[in-house]
Amino acid sequence: MYQYNENDQTLVNERVAQFRRQTERFLNGELTADQFRPLRLRNGLYIQTHAPMLRIAGPYGLLNSKQFRKLAHIARKYDKNYCHFTTRQNIQFNWPKLEEVPDILEELASVQMHAIQTSGNCMRNTTTDHLAGVCIDEIEDPRPYCEIIRQWTTLHPEFDYLPRKFKIAVSGSLRDRAATQFHDIGVHLVKDENGETGFKILVGGGLGRTPIIGQVIKPYLEKRHLLSYLEAILRIYNLLGRRDNMYKARIKILVKESGMEKFSALVEKEWQLIRDDGELSAERIEKIKAYFTLPAYEPDAAFDNSFEQHQLNNQSFATWVKHNSADHKAPGYRAVFISLKAPDSPPGDMTDSQLDAVADLADQYSFGQIRITHRQNLVLADVKKCDLFNLWQKLAVLKLATPNIGTVTDIICCPGLDFCSLANAGSIGITREINQALDDMDYIYDIGDLKINISGCMNGCAHQSVGHIGILGVDKNGAEWYQLTLGGSSENEAAIGDRLGPAVAKDQVVKAITTILEVYVKQRQNEESFLEMVNRVGITPFKEQVYANH
Amino acid sequence: MQIIKNNQIIDNSWTYIEDDVDLKSGDICISMTRWKKEKELLRSHEGKIGIRISPSDSYEDLANDLGKIDLIELDFPTLADGRLFSYAWLLRGRYHYEGEIRATGHYLPDQVFYLSRVGVNAFKPEKPEDLSTLLGSLNDFSVTYQSSIK
Repeated sequence: MYQYNENDQTLVNERVAQFRRQTERFLNGELTADQFRPLRLRNGLYIQTHAPMLRIAGPYGLLNSKQFRKLAHIARKYDKNYCHFTTRQNIQFNWPKLEEVPDILEELASVQMHAIQTSGNCMRNTTTDHLAGVCIDEIEDPRPYCEIIRQWTTLHPEFDYLPRKFKIAVSGSLRDRAATQFHDIGVHLVKDENGETGFKILVGGGLGRTPIIGQVIKPYLEKRHLLSYLEAILRIYNLLGRRDNMYKARIKILVKESGMEKFSALVEKEWQLIRDDGELSAERIEKIKAYFTLPAYEPDAAFDNSFEQHQLNNQSFATWVKHNSADHKAPGYRAVFISLKAPDSPPGDMTDSQLDAVADLADQYSFGQIRITHRQNLVLADVKKCDLFNLWQKLAVLKLATPNIGTVTDIICCPGLDFCSLANAGSIGITREINQALDDMDYIYDIGDLKINISGCMNGCAHQSVGHIGILGVDKNGAEWYQLTLGGSSENEAAIGDRLGPAVAKDQVVKAITTILEVYVKQRQNEESFLEMVNRVGITPFKEQVYANH
Repeated sequence: MQIIKNNQIIDNSWTYIEDDVDLKSGDICISMTRWKKEKELLRSHEGKIGIRISPSDSYEDLANDLGKIDLIELDFPTLADGRLFSYAWLLRGRYHYEGEIRATGHYLPDQVFYLSRVGVNAFKPEKPEDLSTLLGSLNDFSVTYQSSIK
């Protein structure tokens, strides 16, 4: 993984010093709350319902064990012994004290971490596929390009005060696991007709209040032009994006209101003027690529028989392997998912002791690296098959082996009304109730691939509009109600879910979900998935049953 | 009134003339609106001319006049309006404007490091007591990931 050089470290250290001065000026009354806000947001600091919330960057979701131990330390010393992993591969602390945040940032800088641009109207953390570099459907490892983009976006002098936040995601595989079609810019590694690898660039996707699927603006871009093309898009957006209404300020609205043809012509014209000055050299790409070489896989790992034997002997282990691990490029290895969706704990949360323990397991079994997935789980990407049984047993003790990855209880969930000042309704409680109602694992496996996403307000942090089932908390005269959608997807077949009907009351949500599942189980044909059935029959059969007694 | 120019604290020699106030001799700065209206009249002006532009003005309208202008003030209506960062970059990098580009209005010392990198070389503080913070903030960082406009 990428290692800071002296310049990287200096920049992060200087950022901490700058934020320390800013915090002092605010506490001394030299900065007003309004002046301090954009500065603290650019360092990940929100003011929330109970306390500030600090969002820390997980650069394209990749961390090492030392960094995990630092998160555990911060959770113990500055927070209430836990942290939360987000859909954008970041880490959140919910209880830091404002005056201690510079100290937390200093601790992070000591392990090459930061909270730069994790919030505010600027370019945010670049995200990618959690199986980058190890998956079997990869064209090229996207992480070197993520790091190049990370550096380019960090403290960009021209684009730090954009009309609105700006998110870039990169995918290097055939299967899009990074929701690139729902980012301000989506970057896909593709091959041209000569077999040369370059980028396909999408623009104008996004979730939130107005979910829009991104469109292709450049079907093929040579690698050397990556940064100049991004610069052209950002400049047009910075100049022309709406600033009169924050709900219409994202680039997706500019693209929609201008029309793709006009927008892409503006970008092309700008790009032609700068493309030759801002070339990304092959040497630079190679230099960054060198940080992402494959680990030293053991050549004899493929000759193990114990893995198959353990699965034959132990049904629970076999089930976990089936759901919580994925195929790997290297013979004898698998990528392991650590489920942060145990039925009785808030989705995406981890305690300090779990963080420390996972750091140890990463060191022992997976070259000391841990990845954060956009569905709020973790991945140990390089585990030998012969180690899986031991790893599984250790994860089970830590309550991190719930075999539910990709199932109906692997729910994406925002902090909701319990923590967030924007929320209209609770989301963690609904998740808990769904888990209580669905306690039969055989039934869960029979339902198969079904993604539920729950957001406590229409800002949509949990991507409810692209959930196969989306649940959106709304406020109705001070009461918590929930709007359901069906048929959304953030993967290749990107789609925005259709509204099922009127919002349902809080005590009816779980009933509605179980009813939807029953309709699917009864009416599915052959092996079709929930999403395929919704696409075939539409929402009507579900709607009829959910609202049957209304 | 003191300002910062080229990393030095200096006395300001320019006077901004509101649109409804009569012009006077000396180094004056006027709005874009007034410049467009009174450009011909100003040919005989004794002293230098500066133009104050806000984000809603089109910087491109100045393209043919840049040789006659010694100062461009970028007037921030709020610290959040980042269009002026691009204006500065374009004026320096694309239109090769070599006069003074000065930030004025509602921006923060915390933004001057960024502004200095896109071609702004002078800063009028919002409050006079900000002058030293502002000067110090020009050195907030000693390293960068992107090239800067000289």
